Amino acid sequence: MSMLQVSVYRYNPETDSAPYMQEFQVDTQGRDLMVLNVLSMIKEQDSSMAYRRSCREGVCGSDGMNMNGKNGLACITPLSEVIKKGKLVLRPLPGLPVIRDLVVDMGVFYEQFERIQPYLQNDEPEPAIERLQSPEDRDKLDGLYECILCACCSTACPSFWWNPDKFVGPAGLLQAYRFLADSRDTATRERLADLEDPFSVFRCRGIMNCVAVCPKGLNPTRAIGKIREMLLANAT
Amino acid sequence: MVTNITNFGRSGLSDWLIQRVSAIILAVYTLFMVGFLLFNPGLDYATWSGLFDQTWMRIFSLLAFVSIAAHAWIGLWTVTTDYLKPTGIRVAAQTIIILAIFVFLVWGVQVLWGA
Ligand code: SF4
Ligand code: SF4
Ligand code: FES
Repeated sequence: MSMLQVSVYRYNPETDSAPYMQEFQVDTQGRDLMVLNVLSMIKEQDSSMAYRRSCREGVCGSDGMNMNGKNGLACITPLSEVIKKGKLVLRPLPGLPVIRDLVVDMGVFYEQFERIQPYLQNDEPEPAIERLQSPEDRDKLDGLYECILCACCSTACPSFWWNPDKFVGPAGLLQAYRFLADSRDTATRERLADLEDPFSVFRCRGIMNCVAVCPKGLNPTRAIGKIREMLLANAT
Repeated sequence: MVTNITNFGRSGLSDWLIQRVSAIILAVYTLFMVGFLLFNPGLDYATWSGLFDQTWMRIFSLLAFVSIAAHAWIGLWTVTTDYLKPTGIRVAAQTIIILAIFVFLVWGVQVLWGA
């Protein structure tokens, strides 16, 4: 038996007046499990435990949570990467309203995503088969399109915590740049015009928490810098 | 597009650019001041007032004052929008900050061009 002590954030608004931390002992048998495995063992002990997960392989983005203080996907985070002093502390993604236990309301996060119009816009006549793109132009989308919208980055960003209704946040801005950088998109000017206010892009303070936590190794700070460059080039 | 009326330049882009340019001006002014004090160890009133009698020094100083005014407005405006959530308190704080900056700026001009 090798018991791991796990402390989990619990909150059921229907029965609890306030959130609290609940302690669990999980027998890992000395294996370096993923955090998600530990959570499913906890659910066997207490079936009221609520969390989201689907693919369990880092693809769907549904099990973003805060593990020993750092956001990440529970399914691809091995215990050895997060355990501190033999203990695991699990909390919901910070800054979003908690629906129950580790399940958060992602409403504001999706609203910011919707705001940047995350779809290709092109006002030229439609070609017979498809809109072509050179391999070089296609390369510009690498490091942008891979985002799985897990919200680990935006909920690690202090600027997003203070103004989630106004600052687009790293995830939304990475996608904003994905369409600004796309050679097939013709709405560049309109997109830029929607971003030049003091909040949407410029509330980014370059703290780079987003880069530190992204489970897909993406770099929203670099994309934000590119958007700034485009805004500057467009307006000076 | 998020609408704002109390930030310095009405646009996030202009605020951002002004913040950077004013920072450079302030850095140059500070370096100049430190250098001047180092090269004049036994600084007396005549040397100091002689420096500020020159038109280029007054222009340079006014530029620094305007830079610090803009820099403070943009920076403190950002702080108020991050941390002061009740609108009344936020607008009051922003008004006080902007008025104080104005007063200091006019006062600075008076010091520079006064006797
Ligand atoms: S770099 Fe910008 S977007 Fe990323 S965490 Fe920092 S403030 Fe947020
Ligand atoms: S940028 Fe990374 S951390 Fe942010 S939502 Fe996309 S995949 Fe998740
Ligand atoms: S369960 Fe799909 S990303 Fe973790």
